[in-house]
Amino acid sequence: MENKDFLVVNRRGFFRSAGVAGVAVAMGTVMTGVPKTAAADINALIAEQVGQGNITMDKVVVDTPDKAENGAMVRIPVVVNHPMEPNNYIEKVAVFVDDNPKPFVASYTFFPESGKVDIEFRLKMAKTSTVRVVAKNNTGALFGFSKKIEVAEGGCSG
Amino acid sequence: MTIGSPKVRVPTTPVKKGEMVNVKTMIQHPMESGLRKDKESGETVPAHFIVSVKAVYNGKPVLDAVWTGAVSKNPYLGFTLRAEKTGPVEVTWKDDKGQEFKAAETITVA
Repeated sequence: MENKDFLVVNRRGFFRSAGVAGVAVAMGTVMTGVPKTAAADINALIAEQVGQGNITMDKVVVDTPDKAENGAMVRIPVVVNHPMEPNNYIEKVAVFVDDNPKPFVASYTFFPESGKVDIEFRLKMAKTSTVRVVAKNNTGALFGFSKKIEVAEGGCSG
Repeated sequence: MTIGSPKVRVPTTPVKKGEMVNVKTMIQHPMESGLRKDKESGETVPAHFIVSVKAVYNGKPVLDAVWTGAVSKNPYLGFTLRAEKTGPVEVTWKDDKGQEFKAAETITVA
């Protein structure tokens, strides 16, 4: 008799646990989805790369289409219209995709010898997102560009 | 997946001193972010990506890149430099496993 009850309780216990586990799995699925990065997080990431300060939305040009067919390979050409002289040059350019699991994508350090900031590379986008490019000159002044790029098919692994 | 075959391309004909020159680079690399799940096994594919790219022209650095797993696979990188004198553009890629790849091409200044 006692044994039987024990088994019943145990079986119930098992199903209860399974139920809880099921909910946990469901929640886990939601939580491991791409989280929306808050503006504050993006600002912190930008500060980490190029320092804090007001970003003038000027001088940085990213000539990329509004829509990307393939999120696994989004072409990002970056031009910064700024002199590249020994005492007046762009020191660093950093690239972010707000809605990627890890928004910081890449940074590029330049030298007066670089002659011009004119680069091109390709990045992954998990889904439609704002792409930001921030440039810092040798005095610490920040210039930026941002644009929403629609992604038809996600690159699934930012 | 193939890894390596680093390539650098510079103009094949002589350029003028002071001219802006396009340099194109390419390497075969999976650029696994460590966030992707294998479609069949469902397991997370371990991270394996290039973490830095450095370009040196005539012994002086012209570009230092820091990359993450969000850079596309088989990464292309194009950049510009000011031609000063005939000399090599040397590019070094390093990945998160410490593997290093190098390629170089000479820019001829007429």
